[in-house]
Amino acid sequence: MKTKPIKAQKLRPLEKISSGISGLDEITGGGLPKGRPTLVCGNAGCGKTLMAMEFLVRGATDHNEPGVFMSFEENEEELTRNVASLGFDLDALSAKKKIVLDHVRIERSEIEETGEYDLEGLFIRLNYAIESIGAKRVVLDTIEGLFAGLPNHSILRSELRRLFRWLKDKGMSAIITAERGDGLLTRHGLEEYVADCVILLDHRVNEQLSTRRLRVVKYRGSVHGTNEYPFLISKDGFSVLPVTSMGLDHPASSERISSGVERLDTMLGGKGFFRGSSILVSGTAGTGKSSIAAAFVDAAARRGERALYFAFEESQNQILRNMKSISLDLEPWVKKGLLQFHASRPSLCGLEMHLLNIYDAVKKFKPSVVVMDPVTNLISVGTEIEVRSMLTRLIDFFKTEQVTAVFPSLTSGDTSISSPSEVGIASLMDVWVLLRNIESAGERNRGLYILKARGMEHSNQIREVILSNHGIGLVDVYAGPESVLTGSARIEQAGREKADIDRRKALMERREREIARERGVIAAQVAVLNAGLEAKIDEFNQEITDETLLDQVNAKSRVNLAANRQADVEPKIKATNGHNRVEAVRK
Amino acid sequence: MSTPTKVKKSNLAPPSEQRWELRLYVAGQTSKSVTAFANLKKICAEYITGKYTIEVVDLVTNPTLAKGDQILAVPTLVRKLPSPIRKILGDLSDTQRVLVGLDLREMEKQSHES
Repeated sequence: MKTKPIKAQKLRPLEKISSGISGLDEITGGGLPKGRPTLVCGNAGCGKTLMAMEFLVRGATDHNEPGVFMSFEENEEELTRNVASLGFDLDALSAKKKIVLDHVRIERSEIEETGEYDLEGLFIRLNYAIESIGAKRVVLDTIEGLFAGLPNHSILRSELRRLFRWLKDKGMSAIITAERGDGLLTRHGLEEYVADCVILLDHRVNEQLSTRRLRVVKYRGSVHGTNEYPFLISKDGFSVLPVTSMGLDHPASSERISSGVERLDTMLGGKGFFRGSSILVSGTAGTGKSSIAAAFVDAAARRGERALYFAFEESQNQILRNMKSISLDLEPWVKKGLLQFHASRPSLCGLEMHLLNIYDAVKKFKPSVVVMDPVTNLISVGTEIEVRSMLTRLIDFFKTEQVTAVFPSLTSGDTSISSPSEVGIASLMDVWVLLRNIESAGERNRGLYILKARGMEHSNQIREVILSNHGIGLVDVYAGPESVLTGSARIEQAGREKADIDRRKALMERREREIARERGVIAAQVAVLNAGLEAKIDEFNQEITDETLLDQVNAKSRVNLAANRQADVEPKIKATNGHNRVEAVRK
Repeated sequence: MSTPTKVKKSNLAPPSEQRWELRLYVAGQTSKSVTAFANLKKICAEYITGKYTIEVVDLVTNPTLAKGDQILAVPTLVRKLPSPIRKILGDLSDTQRVLVGLDLREMEKQSHES
């Protein structure tokens, strides 16, 4: 009896129905096979019953497909109470004839077998339940209960085979749950009969943290994700988190939003980050990562956008108080409902739970900006691969929702390039702002630079971050010929340079003054010489005049004398005398 | 269930006062149900003559009744009285096992000893 009874009936694509379990439809490409049984197997306590129940409840409430839950383990009351914590009101659904719960109790001790029998009674019960509400979905939980109750397994096997066939013929989309066996998917090899779709649930504990995983082992006639997907059972039910099923097809906005730090915007081509991008702000302790994140949140709130702040290190009040010290008052935004904090210890729950909480919070609050401070704290919760896959999902999710996310990331050590995990994260990020301590001359200063910024022009310069009660400031570091200086060394160097300039300026001024003075002196000397020259010229002119006069006089006298004495005279002596005589004559 | 059932105090009441209330669940007139009914009548007539009632329930016509006695398999013989409830699956072809199931072992012994 090794024949496989189930064969594809017609050559058309397999019809699927929504499982109602978030994430599972994505993995299976639309849901569980319609009108066929699906086997869900797993160890005790891994969530088989809940998964089956959610399948039924979601079908009844969301898809108008009533369902029958046939339980071989828990009775109706227990079931109702157990799933009430997930918000499923089975009593109400039963009253509305959406769901029938049927508890099949098999007491091994009161059963005796004599001869041939079949399970027609079960068929009749199930059929009656199905007919009574027009059910489209059926759950048999857990089929192992039958094996425990009925001694004759060969009858049971053939009857189960008939049952599955019968369910298929009735067009019931069914989930059959089964216990996991040693080396087998199910303890009694049921996968042989129910072979259309087999889902394996697993629950394992790694370093004291439990993770639940789901794998679609087999899905006849359909492509499906083959990986192990983490899943969660939370207050909203069962949810699978498909990591890799998400396509890279999220929208890419070209809108730019401010980082909240003016100079940082300038460094990013003057406009800030792209909306919907992921920003890694990494640095060692105390380099101002949270402050930059807070400034970003503040800027978003100023624009009237919502911001969500996941804090894994500090409480809300602590952050509010601390940010006030750099004049970032976030409290009004909290009061206005623009800013929400979610503070929790990373070790509070597993990664998947964190992820789910983040999903939930983002879906509910619909922020445009999210901060995860610090994202590296999550690494303590899982292994590096897990964290990375979680972050991939998270970033994908944020991008699909067009949420701009800032991930402050704590790096250890003083090296500027960073731990391997950070490198792993960094490749997922669009912008990487690196903060580092610059130690020199007996002090520590904060340096900032942009390591990468996808799709935008960005500065390659190191800036110094100054956190003061005026907020966050970025200033140019001193990058002179001697070295790169920051902090007081930068201020000192700047002072020194200014003094130097002043000194040289004074020197020039003095030189100028000296020249001016010299010019004055020379000008004065020139004036004196000119005056002397003038005087000489004057004198000379006078002499010429005198001489002419004398000559005239002499000439006249000579004429006269000659006329009088008719004698020869020494002309030169006479000239002198003649001059005196002229003077005298004038007087 | 291979070890002989011990005699219970309640079963030590005089056999004449005890009544067996039996209910046979069947699903339609199949060969198995017919055989089961025939076997049952034979056993009852032999061991508890006149001290029993047999009610036959056909689940095809009364599907709701399957839930009450938690019937899965057919045919199923349910011993309603004397308590506790016992269920015997199958066509009752193995008389020894039916006797064990119905706690009639003692009766059998007694009848042989007397």
